[in-house]
Amino acid sequence: MFVRLISLIILIAASSNASARLEILITEGVNSARPIAVVPFKWLGKGKKPQNFSEIVAADLQRSGKFSPLSIDKMPKTPSNSKDIDYSAWTELGVEAIVMGEVKPDTTAGKYIVTFELLDVLTGNVNMPSFDPVMDKRRSTISTSQLRQYAHRISDIVYEKLTGERGAFLTRIAYVAIDRTSTHPYQLRISDYDGEGEKLVLRSKQPIMSPSWSPDGRKLAYVSFEKRRSQVYIQDLYTQQRELMTSFPKINGSPTWSPDGTQLALVLSKDGQPEIYTFNIKTKALKRLTNNRVIDTEPSWTPDGKSIIFSSERGGRPQIYQVSLATGKAKRLTWEGDLNLGGTMTPDGDNLVLVSRHNGNYMIAVQDLESGELRTLTKTQLDESPSIAPNGSMIIYSTVYQGKQGLALVSMDGRFKANIPANNGEVKSPAWSPFLQ
Amino acid sequence: MNLSMISKGLLIALPMLALGACSSTTDADAEAAAKLQAEQAAAAAKKAAEDAVQTDTIQAIELTAEEKLVEQYTSAILETTINFEFDKSVISPKYATILDAHAKYLVNNTDKSITVEGHADELGTPEYNIALGERRGLAVSTYLENMGVSASQITVVSYGEEKPVNLGHNESARAENRRAELVY
Repeated sequence: MFVRLISLIILIAASSNASARLEILITEGVNSARPIAVVPFKWLGKGKKPQNFSEIVAADLQRSGKFSPLSIDKMPKTPSNSKDIDYSAWTELGVEAIVMGEVKPDTTAGKYIVTFELLDVLTGNVNMPSFDPVMDKRRSTISTSQLRQYAHRISDIVYEKLTGERGAFLTRIAYVAIDRTSTHPYQLRISDYDGEGEKLVLRSKQPIMSPSWSPDGRKLAYVSFEKRRSQVYIQDLYTQQRELMTSFPKINGSPTWSPDGTQLALVLSKDGQPEIYTFNIKTKALKRLTNNRVIDTEPSWTPDGKSIIFSSERGGRPQIYQVSLATGKAKRLTWEGDLNLGGTMTPDGDNLVLVSRHNGNYMIAVQDLESGELRTLTKTQLDESPSIAPNGSMIIYSTVYQGKQGLALVSMDGRFKANIPANNGEVKSPAWSPFLQ
Repeated sequence: MNLSMISKGLLIALPMLALGACSSTTDADAEAAAKLQAEQAAAAAKKAAEDAVQTDTIQAIELTAEEKLVEQYTSAILETTINFEFDKSVISPKYATILDAHAKYLVNNTDKSITVEGHADELGTPEYNIALGERRGLAVSTYLENMGVSASQITVVSYGEEKPVNLGHNESARAENRRAELVY
């Protein structure tokens, strides 16, 4: 059905930004995605253009797996305004939509006026006055530091217009980096979803695990071993304020925020085996949800907040289960593969994203919750920690690539894959933020 | 009055006191006698120092702390790593001598405590491996308790797959990383 372009390994984000530690390497693409043209934005100022908008927008759209941006050398022309377009030339190339724009310096220094248009090629080619080919057109004044974010904003608008689904390109990821040359090797960092604009939010001499975003995108919950034991903390990303949540004997692990932001689901082994609990952040009240003699771990909330997905060994090897908060009743969700771990429900509630072991390989998979059908999305061996984009279009996960642990992206349909290898040390435990605006 | 004013006051007052002391001994003969006495005392002290003997210490030949432990508890006491099979937390019989040595030491030294760190290899998810690491740590803890060690002397901490000893991604690296470590 789709032709993989495995051999086509392109370096897209070879950015001049030296502070960026992660860069994306496309490892797999498809030619059945919707063809789109993102024309280089015209720079109307003097000197070097401040930001390559079209490159960022094209990369964003491609990573969703839904679009196949036309390479610049195949473009018949590089217009920047809908007034001078020959639609027939684009129709011949099979291009469905065109994104184009202009950037000019504002009268205020350090600011730019960015205009962009999204054009429907088919409508334009029909050339009837009652049908406007301009699907969207916007003009904004942007400061230098926000240019990159604005490029992701354009991607979000284009994606939503063309798919009817909200874009998730203006989002962030939190992850754990391990730089063994540092005095504080274990580091919690945040970057844009594409690995750009990385920032350190915590560093420690002891491991940090399991970052989880609050639903408002303001805080992270995580596990820290700074006291040489596991403890769950919450950290406000804007004020840097940290608050200790749990510090029971033995495991304090795997915190995940409830959709309403009032509770954490977490794992405690204080009473014997690792069990799933809910923890009220304000009242500190604990409620135990599982009770058996084997491992129960990796809780995640269903989007409706009414039940919790978790991994359990109660049936022998680990499989994914769902427990209702109201009744406490648990049911098994996964049956295929040697074992299944790390399950999360997609935002629409239709699918389960998980790590599935087949023939000894740990791979990212998606299970349709209605039919029970399981599809593996990756072909690597050491995938873990899948985290879903807030619009359900992509999954970020940790894998070993060229002998190093790093992050990778896969579109929900498995059509598009890209590695985000760490330039420095190893990177793991990614967590995709909620929508941030 | 601040501190610098006090110190300035002292700078003036001290020489005044010294002058006062001098002016009280006006007898020139007494002064010369005192001087002679001081010179004689200095010469005597010098001669005494030349004739005196000197002593020093040497390092005693002793066993190192480790050698003392080995003498009492066999060389197994120096081993602190217990390895495990993939996805297992069963202690292989070959580690009995190591654990028996540590158990004996802890029984004899009830003031000492131990942390058992449980670790896992990279296979599987980090959260599952935290649970697996704890299972390994508890297996060691249970063994020590069965040998008479008090539970209050033992703390179990699982680091899961977060602290590998071998950073490789092959089976031999994984075998090294599946372990429990005894830390005093």
